[in-house]
Amino acid sequence: MKRVVLALALMAAWPALADSNLPPAFWSDRQLPDPRQEAQAQALMDEIRCLVCQGQSIADSNAELAGDMRDLVRRRIAAGEKPAAIRSWLVQRYGSWISYKPTDEPAAWPLWLAPLGLLLVGAFLLRHRIRLRRS
Amino acid sequence: MRAVRFVPLALLALLLAGLVWRLATPGDTTVGSKLQGQPVPAFALAAALRAKPGLSAADLAGGKPRLVNIFASWCVPCIGEVKVLQALKARGVAIDGIAVRDRAEDVADFLARNGDPYERIGSDPQSGVQISLGSSGVPESFVVDGRGVIRYQHIGAIEQADMPLIMAKLEDAK
Repeated sequence: MKRVVLALALMAAWPALADSNLPPAFWSDRQLPDPRQEAQAQALMDEIRCLVCQGQSIADSNAELAGDMRDLVRRRIAAGEKPAAIRSWLVQRYGSWISYKPTDEPAAWPLWLAPLGLLLVGAFLLRHRIRLRRS
Repeated sequence: MRAVRFVPLALLALLLAGLVWRLATPGDTTVGSKLQGQPVPAFALAAALRAKPGLSAADLAGGKPRLVNIFASWCVPCIGEVKVLQALKARGVAIDGIAVRDRAEDVADFLARNGDPYERIGSDPQSGVQISLGSSGVPESFVVDGRGVIRYQHIGAIEQADMPLIMAKLEDAK
């Protein structure tokens, strides 16, 4: 009996709502009338990381906070602000974590140097191979 | 030179060990605000309720440390946090609220149900001030000193066990 009641209770359970009752912000899912500005906004939104769904960009995420950030980006672009200024405004608040664009900070140097290193290793292996063949 | 053969195997073992280690001890995914130690960015929020004043950056530079709590009526952990905020208020802590994406009637209902520890509540309908503070969700709290400088950010609900920590941070901010 207890189990049946429990099963019925579980069927009636509803996931806790984690979203607000307010509609999405005006520019969150609406393109700017100026296609050049919209392209700028889109390019920036593709490179700003969502704080809620941390693997997604704010352009991809359905989280409300991502919608509010898209609204913020489009509003500022429409007001004539440069995308780089908006990015650095966000980085000031959340750190370089918020941006998908690799920085030139020392922490990212291995990332920039890795291709060079791999090329060197490749050249070394190639030289080794050619020598083996010749002998 | 024979040992060189085992280098790829060793690299693989190293990679696997790294992956297993990360699976066993997941990294910290909270994103802290970089504004700690810096002044609260300028903002002015309209009142979330008719009965209480709104909140602006100037209100946070009134000479005494304050606790700014970012909450929402639709946020479940916020319900439990109110009790702790009430206890902090009873100890003389000045608490202001920022209601994120909320409606006046919902905020009023939330406070009537759970209690009201706030002196001022600003309404942040599009999370703009939340983003400008470097906050990434609800609930979050900021300890702001008397000159309006952010001294500490608490991510997630303030639990009973966090009270001494919050009191100490407020004391440091004096």
